[in-house]
Amino acid sequence: MISYQIKENPEVYDAVVVGSGAGGGMAGYVLANAGLKVLMLEAGPFFDPAKDTLQLRWPWESPRRGAGTVRPFGDFDAAYGGWELDGEPYTRAAGTEFEWFRARMLGGRTNHWGRISLRMGPDDFKPTDGITDSWPIMYDEVKPYYDRVDRMIGIYGTVEGIHNEPDGIFLKPPKPRLNELYIRRGAQKAGVPVIAGRGSVLTEALPGVEGRGTCFYCGQCGRACRVYGDFSSSSCLVIPAMKTGNLTVIDNAMVREVLTNDEGLATGVSYVSTTDLQEHTVRGKLVILGASACESARLLLNSRSAAHPGGLGNSSGLVGRYLHDSTGASAGGFLPQLLDRKRYNEDGVGSVHIYSPWWGDNSKLNFPRGYHIEYGGGMHMPSYGFMDWVPHVNHLVPTKDGAQREQGGYGVSLKEDYRRFYGASVGMAGRGTALARYDNYCEIDPSRVDKYGIPVLRFHYKWADEEVEQARHMQETFREILHEMGAVVASSMPGPETKYGLEAPGKIIHEGGTTRMGDDPKKSVLNKWSQAHDCRNLFVVDAGPFVQQGDKNLTWTILALSMRTADYILEQRNKLNI
Amino acid sequence: MNRRDSLKALGLAAAGGALLLDGCGHQTKAGKETAKLADKLPGVQDWEHARNGKLAGEKFFTDHELTAIGVLADIIIPADGVSGSATDAGVPAFIEFMVKDIPAYQTPMRGGLKWLDVQCQRRYGKAFADCGESQQLELVNEIAYPAKAKPEMGQGVAFFNLMRNLTASGFFTSEMGVKDIGYVGNRPGVWDGVPQDVLEAHGFKDAWG
Repeated sequence: MISYQIKENPEVYDAVVVGSGAGGGMAGYVLANAGLKVLMLEAGPFFDPAKDTLQLRWPWESPRRGAGTVRPFGDFDAAYGGWELDGEPYTRAAGTEFEWFRARMLGGRTNHWGRISLRMGPDDFKPTDGITDSWPIMYDEVKPYYDRVDRMIGIYGTVEGIHNEPDGIFLKPPKPRLNELYIRRGAQKAGVPVIAGRGSVLTEALPGVEGRGTCFYCGQCGRACRVYGDFSSSSCLVIPAMKTGNLTVIDNAMVREVLTNDEGLATGVSYVSTTDLQEHTVRGKLVILGASACESARLLLNSRSAAHPGGLGNSSGLVGRYLHDSTGASAGGFLPQLLDRKRYNEDGVGSVHIYSPWWGDNSKLNFPRGYHIEYGGGMHMPSYGFMDWVPHVNHLVPTKDGAQREQGGYGVSLKEDYRRFYGASVGMAGRGTALARYDNYCEIDPSRVDKYGIPVLRFHYKWADEEVEQARHMQETFREILHEMGAVVASSMPGPETKYGLEAPGKIIHEGGTTRMGDDPKKSVLNKWSQAHDCRNLFVVDAGPFVQQGDKNLTWTILALSMRTADYILEQRNKLNI
Repeated sequence: MNRRDSLKALGLAAAGGALLLDGCGHQTKAGKETAKLADKLPGVQDWEHARNGKLAGEKFFTDHELTAIGVLADIIIPADGVSGSATDAGVPAFIEFMVKDIPAYQTPMRGGLKWLDVQCQRRYGKAFADCGESQQLELVNEIAYPAKAKPEMGQGVAFFNLMRNLTASGFFTSEMGVKDIGYVGNRPGVWDGVPQDVLEAHGFKDAWG
């Protein structure tokens, strides 16, 4: 029997953190280690990679052999969630598109991310082309925090000295796989640089860090790592912070709104327990939102009061505005040089072994900014659908004996073709800068609620010429690289009717910008410390504060900025300002 | 923590890490697969496990349909000198699960099998599964090669494409199929780049190309 009385937690925490991903995890970690009493609320269940991982499972241990029916990235992927959650809808304005990925679990989306850990560069914080607004902070102000994140969490890579692709403090990078050597050679012929990947995987022991194992090269970071050999918020931040005795986690707690007093200051949050639907309130001297860019915006917009009639922190009207994901497009083929290849274990690490940082000269291009390229292929663990491409292409190259196959087929010869082509595929995907635009936004849908009665988000997002032209450039570049490496490409290049294969916004799962920071309270939601202009004890530490992300996957910047905000909170508490 | 500690954490070092590194995997006995699926693995959510169990308990295909699926699966992936056939690897049961897991496959599969039966009925006066091998292959030859199939066989080609994909998925993700395809990862090890002999065979001078 549900009690309709709201349960009030009598304790007043120093800080209430909403969300346990990269942003919430880092804030909780820093504050708990500094001695603050912190309460963290997570909408999903507790998750510990040491116990809950599906690492080292075989495909036959899934009845669907790893197909993506239940989890979008397959049965073994660590994320509890997806673009659609039962009972938690969102809507889109007519003629616009957005796909919203949510992971409901301790650690959020850090459980299955690609571990690709790139710093944004000087030109990303302060653009030289004047097309998007400058951040209120420069690279040099963030650099010390990137350095600390590198030392604390660990990242591999190589020092390259590229101006807008700043180097970090790197562990040794994993060496390339065979297909990656071909890619590198082909890309170089096409004028595209290829360097060692940058990933948050411990390829060697991290000095001063206890309790984490080094990588044993199963290539399964996305399944969550049993020995904590990679970065997940749970393993590297939340669970260690709990060990201080200062961080309490309440899981299965879906936050409904941020509570404020008559002066408009945050006093805590209300939440519903997703397991028994009991309503709760908890109090905190500070409220820190790290629920993800769109979820934090939703929470602010749903937190209306006399002091904050348009939603908490929204006097600028900009909460939810400037929503932007990364662009994404991909291409692939197979390498005849890799047919009938020798078998050996090339699982490597679960992040990228190589990548191409942006190399272009925008003065010669018809779009601003750029993208980086991530590469794939090789002798992966078999999983649902992994051989589907073979009968489409088996006629494109002669057999070992020089005979000509018909496309398709069956029987012993087809079985032989599957073996022959296994591991010969190569793929590449661009991840680029999508411009942060006022007109791309999320807001509260006036007529829909989720299963907890919480009003849901309605998205308005359209790609513009800049993103479409960038996707075209990606496709042309991919073709060139594939051609130069001698790959066979069976599919034709996507054209304007599909925006050159540009993925729908939200598909790359890099959304940010919904609570942008800035110096002017009329033009931004947060100040440069990610503190709400309208509410001095409210902070946002996910990707909401991003004015404009570069083509650098945003987790490393979320971590650095959240750490910086947590430091600021400690300093301001000492000065008794908050 | 170093690599040895990682292996300890995995519970491997105590049992003799080196031995396991070389020889783990492919050791489960036949029959264990089915038993395993009934157990909830750590990390699988309760509702996911319940859904798997519910689907496994339902029956979609008739016995007649399953027989035809078995015949087709073994035509697509027969036994050879390396490994067994699709049915040896349990492919029909896998396809039965998949059409319940992805209901969009139900009509194409059921309808495709019926299409096949109707074709055989017209030509040979028998359902597909009851035809002789040469009759079965005669029809399969008309739908297994998309580029040379006659336009009026288009529906059969589409069905065979789906059936071929499901068969290959089911076979090469089984224990037998993983061994056949030669995947030797999914075990703790050390990645130190492409082996020297492979580098040389492909004309790369060192591990970085």
